[in-house]
Amino acid sequence: MPDLLLEFFSEEIPARMQARAAEDLKKLVTDKLVAAGLTYDGAKAFATPRRLALAVAGILVRQPDIKDERKGPKVGAPEQAIAGFLRAAGLTSIDQAKVQPDKKGDFYVAVIDKPGRPAIEVIAGIVPEVAKAFPWPKAMRWGEASAKPGALNWARPLHSIVAMFGPETEEADVVPFTVGEVAAGDTTYGHRFLAPAPIKVKRLDDYMARLEKAKVVVDPARRAQIILTDAKTLAFAQGFELVEDEGLLAEVAGLVEWPVVLMGSFDKEFLAIPEEVIRATIRNNQKCFVVRDPQTAKLTNKFILVSNIEASDGGGAIVAGNERVIRARLSDAKFFYDTDLKTRLEDRLPKFSQIVFHEKLGTQAERITRITALAGHLAPIVGADAAKAERAAQLCKADLLTEVVGEFPELQGLMGKYYAEVQGEDEAVAHAIEDHYKPKGPDDLVPADPVSVAVALADKIDILTGFWAIDEKPTGSKDPYALRRAALGVIRIILDGGIRLRLISAMTHPLRFSFLHMNVAMQRMLKTVPSEHNPEISQQMLRLGAQVQEIGNRLRFNAPAQDDELEVLGSLLAFLADRLKVQLREQGARHDLVDAVFALEGQDDLVLVVRRIEALAKFLDTDDGKNLLAGTKRAANILRIEEKKDNTSYAGAPNAALLQLPEEKELARAIGVAKAEADQAVAKEDFASAMTAMSKLRPHVDAFFEKVTVNADDGKLRANRLRLLNEIREATRTVADFSKIEGG
Amino acid sequence: MADDLPAHMRPERSFQGLILALQRFWADQGCVILQPYDMEVGAGTFHPATTLRALGPKRWNAAYVQPSRRPKDGRYGENPNRLQHYYQFQVILKPSPPDIQELYLKSLAAIGVDARLHDIRFVEDDWESPTLGAWGLGWECWCDGMEVSQFTYFQQVAGFECAPVAGELTYGLERLAMYVQGVDRVYDLNFNGRDGADKVSYGDVFLQAEQEYSRHNFEHSDTAMLFEQFKMAEAACKKYLDAGWSADRSKHLMVLPAYDQCIKASHVFNLLDARGVISVTERQSYILRVRELAKACGEAWLKTEGGGAS
Repeated sequence: MPDLLLEFFSEEIPARMQARAAEDLKKLVTDKLVAAGLTYDGAKAFATPRRLALAVAGILVRQPDIKDERKGPKVGAPEQAIAGFLRAAGLTSIDQAKVQPDKKGDFYVAVIDKPGRPAIEVIAGIVPEVAKAFPWPKAMRWGEASAKPGALNWARPLHSIVAMFGPETEEADVVPFTVGEVAAGDTTYGHRFLAPAPIKVKRLDDYMARLEKAKVVVDPARRAQIILTDAKTLAFAQGFELVEDEGLLAEVAGLVEWPVVLMGSFDKEFLAIPEEVIRATIRNNQKCFVVRDPQTAKLTNKFILVSNIEASDGGGAIVAGNERVIRARLSDAKFFYDTDLKTRLEDRLPKFSQIVFHEKLGTQAERITRITALAGHLAPIVGADAAKAERAAQLCKADLLTEVVGEFPELQGLMGKYYAEVQGEDEAVAHAIEDHYKPKGPDDLVPADPVSVAVALADKIDILTGFWAIDEKPTGSKDPYALRRAALGVIRIILDGGIRLRLISAMTHPLRFSFLHMNVAMQRMLKTVPSEHNPEISQQMLRLGAQVQEIGNRLRFNAPAQDDELEVLGSLLAFLADRLKVQLREQGARHDLVDAVFALEGQDDLVLVVRRIEALAKFLDTDDGKNLLAGTKRAANILRIEEKKDNTSYAGAPNAALLQLPEEKELARAIGVAKAEADQAVAKEDFASAMTAMSKLRPHVDAFFEKVTVNADDGKLRANRLRLLNEIREATRTVADFSKIEGG
Repeated sequence: MADDLPAHMRPERSFQGLILALQRFWADQGCVILQPYDMEVGAGTFHPATTLRALGPKRWNAAYVQPSRRPKDGRYGENPNRLQHYYQFQVILKPSPPDIQELYLKSLAAIGVDARLHDIRFVEDDWESPTLGAWGLGWECWCDGMEVSQFTYFQQVAGFECAPVAGELTYGLERLAMYVQGVDRVYDLNFNGRDGADKVSYGDVFLQAEQEYSRHNFEHSDTAMLFEQFKMAEAACKKYLDAGWSADRSKHLMVLPAYDQCIKASHVFNLLDARGVISVTERQSYILRVRELAKACGEAWLKTEGGGAS
């Protein structure tokens, strides 16, 4: 069966788009082949800076024939109906249709005999469709053709297309189609500088081989492999070791068609700059690798560059040129670093009052004040020294104003740590400056040192309460301030550290503080509008002033959360519960139990919530647990139905005098005992024992349902039994809201 | 081509030689060689020969040097490669020819950069000018790891689709010259290609200016006057545009003087920005105000003869 070879040859495609484009090309073309009935054996896609290639092997020579019957209108139907049928079935006259009887009479039936078309024709239709709607993240128009609407969009100007179709042993044919101004053919071109001549190709194997001769390695994985191997060898030969960097490797492999690895060096004096800064400079700006000395594990004054040509002088000029650029870049970096060292971190803080953190939430300085207060408050809870936590919180953002972080934002925190160390800060403070951003993602570690924990937690709680205060919560896929990540950070820090924190009360003060700053920000904004333009402004200012007073009082007297605040905090707690659910689901735990626990009153201590969930999960794995869940759900179902029927609620204790049968008396007694035991156990945070206490209910619940008729004829008896059922539900609420648990 | 030149004209030893070689090369490609625009601009793109000529259906091929002012980039002459005033060499080709990359590489060869010896690369770099309401896709062109040019296919200018698309090449002349002359400090560039007492360096020509303008840009520029100038330029631009429209708005007869005021506003804004008297929020609104002027000029240009209105 024949193979297809496709190549789109263009000007340089951005490295970051290549892998995705190759995959897209493969998927779009093969999906359409299959949809057209053309199955195939396998497909491979490749990308280089200048080409996007696809090879599909073992395609059917032609589409299978299709035989289809299409039922039409009744014989004698109105003319319009018949005309519509002919159009839909592709017939020219009604005589071409068969007549078939069914229960209601005679009907026209069109027999559509669609012979399969040759694959090459189908492909000639498919490829231009794919190309015209190709999902480049960014595409452009160019040249003469761009004067007219509907011009082709491609990542960069497209120059030629190879499209060959044919069996392995015979000559392959050009698939005849045109995309934009470019007609498909059998010609491609070699390396831009080393072998630019045209090359005729037939199939994947000769395509790869001929291009390889023309200094193009088509397969990106092979280019990456060549770079990695050569770079390691080159470093090793000099007694060094390559600092591997997967992201950089993929990018560099997307910048060359013929990788040639070379080594250069820079002045040793630059090694006085922190290693991360050297690496960021060489990596981000120059896309070169750094090299370390395996003896000391420290960077050496070497770098590895990947050139796209075999230069006529062996690469001397290229190395010299790159060395000059890297020298200039490193002198900039050194200048930045030295400049940064001249200013103490705390001396940078005044500038933050000029920098807006969020227009509704005020300045970065205000945010730092909040984080500092919160870190101080959290310190004793997490076992940190409050003075150190506050110091670290105060300085933790200062490096954002340094030159190095301005140049390399990814070094935030780390540079702060270095500068803190140099200016003689306590070690815990310096580390907290770096670690307060952690965990930066699901794979990042949570901070361990108590001072870091206090600041990390304060930073994240503040951003959450802040954005909840101004009501900018994440919606759908929109989460520009990474609040989900912050929430997950809070959860992981608390759970990893076993930190006992009542979140509602811990978040009350920060929320108020954010409300205060929101108010101040609003006042600041109003002040910029001249009041003669807007008579309402003085009214608004008065209202804001009154609010500030109220918030101030609450802050001063440290009042418990008020109703208006509880509403916001409740929504934030629900957001955290949601994140916890996601987290548990990813760990393979039962996330429905999160709801069952959060549905209870006052569940805002995440450590206890999770311990309760774990005990509950274990309990529900036992027979006692499963049956009790079933019994409780049954009780709840009966209650729901009867309460709806009677339009009343059967809350309140049952009347002991009305308990007649031994099973119901026994159940009432058992509920009393179990509830008391479970309560006691919960008070001691011993959830396993609470579950055990609950499990003792099970035989009594079972016996009750077996022997006692709830819907007794005697109305009083019935009501009393329904109250007893309600007691089961109430008792189980000591450990969880069973109605939220799935199954049972 | 460089071989038949006298020593003092050779691009690898003379800054002006480099400029002349580029001009000669692009003249040979049929470009109109223009002189710099006679107003302060932040980049060669602001020249009406690029901004306005990029709009509309007419063919246009031009090349010119444009002194470019970036008040904020001044370093009192102390930084080896940052300047508040520098030269760009700008080429605009509309529609972008199919062999534009080849032409660019040949222009490098014309100034002595041998593509068999040096590693020349086209690295993704998309261009956007918020003040001009313009964007395009292209690359920064690397020579041995050094960015020597910007290469852009204009997609939109002044808020209008480019039809056809123009290709824009911008050579950072000082940087390129430093590369070909093998110099690490811009002020050490040989300007006139002569030796000994006859040699004039870049520093001889521009160092004093860098020092003086840095003082002006960061410390002494009259901000009250500049705020006033911004408003005046903005108002004048609108006024001239209004005056230029025909009664039925089918023709425009005075876009170029109006566009001058747009350029003026943009430069004044850059001066104010360098003085740090524009806050972050205000900054955005100033940029928007200049963009509105640029858009209005683009709209008017398309109704002139140069813009292809019949």
